[in-house]
Amino acid sequence: MSVLDRKLLRDLVRIKGQVAAIVLVIAVGVMLQVMMSGLVASLSETRRAYYERNRLADVFAPVTRAPETVLARLAAIPGVALLDGHVTGGALIDLPGEAVPIQARAISLPDRGEPVFNIVYRIAGRLPEPGARDEALLLAGFADAHGIVPGDRIAVTLNGARRKLLVTGLAESPELLFVAAPGEMVPDPARYGAVWMPRAALAAAYDMQGAFNEALIALGRGASQDAVIDAVDRVLAPWGGTGAYGRHDLVSDRFVTEEIDGLATMSRAVPPLFLAVAGFLLYIVVNRMVQAEREEIGLLKAFGYTGHEVGAHYFKMVLAVALMGAALGCVLGILAGRAMVPLYTTFYNFPFLVFRPDPAAFGIGVTASVLAASAGGVFVLRRVFRLTPAEAMRPPTPPDFSRTLNFSGVAARAFDQPTRMVIRGVARAPWRALALSAGIAGGMALSSGMTTIYGSFDRMMALAFTVIDRSDATVFFVQPLGMTAAHDLARMEGVIAVEPFREVPAVLRHGLRTHRGSVSGMIAAPEMARAIDADLAPIDLPERGIVLGEALAGILDIRPGDMLQVEVREGRQPVLEVPVIRVARSLIGAPAYMRMDALNRALAEPGRISGVRMRVDSDRAEAIYDDLKNRPAVAAVSVAETARASLQKLMDQGAGSARYIMGAVAFIITFGVVYNAARIGMNERARDLASLRVMGFSRGEAGFVLLGELAVITLVALPVGSLAGWGLSFAIARGFSSELYQIPTEFDPFSHGFAAAFVLGAALVSGLLVKRDLDRIDLIAVLKTRD
Amino acid sequence: MANAFVTKGLTRTYGEGRSAVHALRGVDLELPEGEIVVLLGPSGCGKSTLLNILGGLDRPTTGSVHFHDEELTSLSDRALTRFRRDHVGFVFQFYNLMPSLTARENVELVTEIADNPMDPDEALALVGLKGRSDHFPSQLSGGEQQRVAIARAVAKQPEVLFCDEPTGALDSATGRAVLEVLAEVNARLGATVLMVTHAANIAGMAHRVIRMADGQVRDVTVNETRLSPAEVHW
Ligand SMILES: Nc1ncnc2c1ncn2[C@@H]1O[C@H](COP(=O)(O)OP(=O)(O)OP(=O)(O)O)[C@@H](O)[C@H]1O
Ligand SMILES: [Mg+2]
Repeated sequence: MSVLDRKLLRDLVRIKGQVAAIVLVIAVGVMLQVMMSGLVASLSETRRAYYERNRLADVFAPVTRAPETVLARLAAIPGVALLDGHVTGGALIDLPGEAVPIQARAISLPDRGEPVFNIVYRIAGRLPEPGARDEALLLAGFADAHGIVPGDRIAVTLNGARRKLLVTGLAESPELLFVAAPGEMVPDPARYGAVWMPRAALAAAYDMQGAFNEALIALGRGASQDAVIDAVDRVLAPWGGTGAYGRHDLVSDRFVTEEIDGLATMSRAVPPLFLAVAGFLLYIVVNRMVQAEREEIGLLKAFGYTGHEVGAHYFKMVLAVALMGAALGCVLGILAGRAMVPLYTTFYNFPFLVFRPDPAAFGIGVTASVLAASAGGVFVLRRVFRLTPAEAMRPPTPPDFSRTLNFSGVAARAFDQPTRMVIRGVARAPWRALALSAGIAGGMALSSGMTTIYGSFDRMMALAFTVIDRSDATVFFVQPLGMTAAHDLARMEGVIAVEPFREVPAVLRHGLRTHRGSVSGMIAAPEMARAIDADLAPIDLPERGIVLGEALAGILDIRPGDMLQVEVREGRQPVLEVPVIRVARSLIGAPAYMRMDALNRALAEPGRISGVRMRVDSDRAEAIYDDLKNRPAVAAVSVAETARASLQKLMDQGAGSARYIMGAVAFIITFGVVYNAARIGMNERARDLASLRVMGFSRGEAGFVLLGELAVITLVALPVGSLAGWGLSFAIARGFSSELYQIPTEFDPFSHGFAAAFVLGAALVSGLLVKRDLDRIDLIAVLKTRD
Repeated sequence: MANAFVTKGLTRTYGEGRSAVHALRGVDLELPEGEIVVLLGPSGCGKSTLLNILGGLDRPTTGSVHFHDEELTSLSDRALTRFRRDHVGFVFQFYNLMPSLTARENVELVTEIADNPMDPDEALALVGLKGRSDHFPSQLSGGEQQRVAIARAVAKQPEVLFCDEPTGALDSATGRAVLEVLAEVNARLGATVLMVTHAANIAGMAHRVIRMADGQVRDVTVNETRLSPAEVHW
C-alpha cells in the first residue's frame, strides 16, 4: 500500500464521526431507491411468473348460460389457442360474528385433473372429492383473516340456497390476487371470499348442467385481442354474453397493476428527491473537507506530486466514502425490501413473493452518490490546483475586515469578544456559511415535507368518510329495483335516513381508449354520498350528460364537449352516447357522475335504484344489519366503519406505510447534515479554539464561539427549509397519489413546527457531541502540528 | 564552475493596488553549482519568497530564473512539477509534516516518487531519529519534527536542497548535527544547498553568503575559508 493510501485510511479514521454521518446520509437515500424499485420489480416479476405458471386466461367471456356445444364454435375463432368453459357465480359466506354476510365467488373445479386456466394454488388440505356436493376449497387469504382451517364448516349461500360446506383445503388463484369488498377499491382479503367446488356440484347449484357461464381463452401468438373479443361477443350474444374482456380489465389484475404503477411512480418520484438532497449535502461536506486540506495539497505539490496524483488521492477518499454509503444503502435497501414484502402478501393474495432487488437501482444509487461526491470534490480541487504550492501552504489570505464589520459605538459595548468572533466567523466566509445553511435547509425541507404528507394522509381519510360519504352503511340490491325498495328500508326501525343511488357497471369508451368501471347516478343535492372536488366543493351535476374525474378523463383522453360511449354491462346492456359536460378534480377514485334521473332516462328505466346509503341509529345498527342479511333483495351491505378500517389498514400497513420509512429517512438525513455542519466548524477552527483556551478563555466561552456559528447557520436554515419543504410536499404528494386516491397537500404549520423542532434538537445534540470533543481537545497536540 | 541558478530582475508582488506588498524588488543572482549558500536578512525581507521561486513553488511577477539551461519561468505547471520532483528537496520554515503519517511515512512520501532515493530509515538515522520512525508528528518535539523534515528533504538525494531556517527550533548541539547532515549531502552528492537563517554565525560554513534587505540583494560575499559545522556556534 502506498504512503498516500495509508494517509487516506488514517484520515478517514480521524474524521470517522463525519464519515459515518455522510455514509448514513448516502445510505438511506440509496436504501430508499433500492427498496422501492426492488418492490416494483419483485411485484411485477412475481405476478408475471404466477400468471404464467398458473395459466391466467387472456380473455374472460361471461355469459348467462351457454350449452357446452358452443365451445366448439368459440374454439373455431382465429386467434383462440386454448379454451375452457367453467361455471362460476356469486355467493355469500355467512360467518358467525360478522354483522353482514360476506360476498364471495364460487368457481368450478374440473372433475378430473387440473383446471385448464386459473389453476388454483393449493396451500393446505386436499381437493374436494370429485363427486362431493358439500366440499370446497376456500380462498386462503380469506380463511386466514377469519381463522378458518381445513376441516371447518362454513355457511355459504349459492344461488339463493344456503348450505354448510366442508372446507377441505385452502387455495389461491391468479385471478384473485386482489380482492375487495363490493363497491370498494381498497384491498381487504377479509371482506371478499372465494370457494372452489367440483363442477357437478356447482352446475347443480347454478342450474348449469351441460352448460357453462364463463369462457376462458388463451390467445395464440400474435392474435389480436380486440378481434377475438369481438368474435367471442358475436358467438355468445344469443346466450346472454355480457361482453368478453381482456386480462387488463380483470378487476384483480387492474388493481394490482394500479398498485404496481403507483409504487413505480412513487419510486421514480420520491427516492430521487432524497438522493438529490443527500447528494447536495455530500457536495457541501466534501467541498469543505477538501478546502481544509489545502495545506497538505500544497505540500504534496511542493514535493513534486502531479496534479493528477493529488487529485486521484482526494478522489479516492471521496469515492471511498460514497461507495461505503452506497454499499450500506444497498444492503439496507434489500433488508427493508424484505421487511416490506409481508405487507404486500397480507393485502394481496400472492402465494409467494420474493424480494428481488432491481440491479438498475444499485447502479442508480451508486452512480448518484459517487457523482454527487465527486462533484463536491472536483469543484474545490479545481480551485486548489490553480494555486501555486507556496500559496496553498499559507492559510487563505485574510480578507479585509475593516470594511465589513466595524464594532464601534453601541456595537462595541453590546458585543463582547467571543460574540464578535461568532459574527466575524460568519461574515468572514458568508458563502461557506450559506452553503452549510443550505444543507441544513435541505434536511429541514425533507423533514417538513414528509411530516406534511403524514397530515395529508389523515386528511384524505377524514375527507373520504366525513365529507365525501357520510353514510353509515351502503346496501346493494341484487338487481335494480323501484323506489319502493328504498322506502321499505327507510321504514326499518333505527334507520334515520336513506338515500338511493344508481350504480351501473359499464365499459366507457372514447375512440380506442376504454375503461371498465361504472357510472354513478346521484340524486339531486345528496346529503350522504356526494360528488366532491379537490377543493371540497360539491360538484354540481348537470341535468343531462356526465361529469368525469380528472384521472378517468386522462385515461380516456376525453375533454368536455366530447361524446362518451357507455356500454352498459347490466340488464339489456344498451350502448349509450353521453356528452361529457365537465371534468372535475376528484380526490378519490376515478368516478363518472350523472344525475340519477338523467342516467335512468338514458337507460329507459325510470325510477330504478341499485341500492341505498343509510344513516342508522348506532344502538340499533347490529339489529338492522342482521335484518338486512335475511332480505333476499339485498345482495351486500358495506358498513362505513369497516371500510374505513380497511383503508386505514392499507394506509398504515400497505402501500401507505412507505411514508413511515421515508419519514425516518428524512430525519436521518437531516441529522446527518446538522452533525456534519457542527463537525466541519470544529475541524476548521480547532486551532483558533485551542488558542482561545490557551489564552485563558473557559470551555464555555470557546464552545460559545464554535456553537454560536452553528446556531446562526441553523436559524438561517429554518425559514428557507420550511419554504422548500412546502414546495417539496407537493412533489412527494404527487408521488404518493394514485388513481385510487389523491393526496391533498396544504401548508401545515404543525409539520413545519415539528421539523423545525427536530432540526433544532439535532443541532443541540450535534453541538453537545462536538462540544464534548472540544472539552477533551488536546491543546498541545493541536497547537503543535499545522493541521 | 557552472551556475545552478541565474536570476534576472526578479520581482514578486502580492496583492494589488493600495494593499500590494512588494516582497521582491529586482533580484539578480548567480548561484554556482555545488555550493552551500546562506541567505541572511531581517524578517519580511523576502527570503522565503525567493526560496519558493527558485524551488519552483511560486512564480515571479516579473523577471526570469534559469536552472542550468532551463528557464523555470517559462515552464508549464506540469514541467515545473517534474522539476521539483526530479531535482529539488525542501525543508520548510514551518515543518509541514503530514500529521496523519508517521516519521518514516513522511519520508516515504518523497522517496516513493524519487528516482534514486536513500532508504527512509537511513535518512532518519542521518538526523538521529532512527528509533522514532514509527511516531506521528504529534508525538515528536518541534526539533524532532524539523529533523524529520530534513530527512525527508535529503532522502531523495536531490541536486538542490532548499532549507528555510532548518535550525530555527533547535538547540546548538542538535542544530550542529543537522548542519553536518547538510554539509555531508553537499560534499557527498555535490548538492547545491540554499539555506535561510537568522543565525549569522552559520554563515561561516557557507561557500557564499547573500544578504538581503527590503526585497533586494544588498551584498554577496564568498568565504575564503569555511568553518566546519562543528565549529559553528550560535
Ligand atoms: N501570500 C502573501 N500575500 C501577501 N503578502 C505576502 C505573502 N507572502 C509573503 N508576503 C509578504 O511578503 C514579504 C516577504 O515575505 P517572506 O515570507 O518572503 O519573508 P521572510 O524574509 O521569509 O521573513 P521571515 O524571516 O519572517 O520568514 C512580507 O512582507 C510578507 O508579509
Ligand atoms: Mg521566511
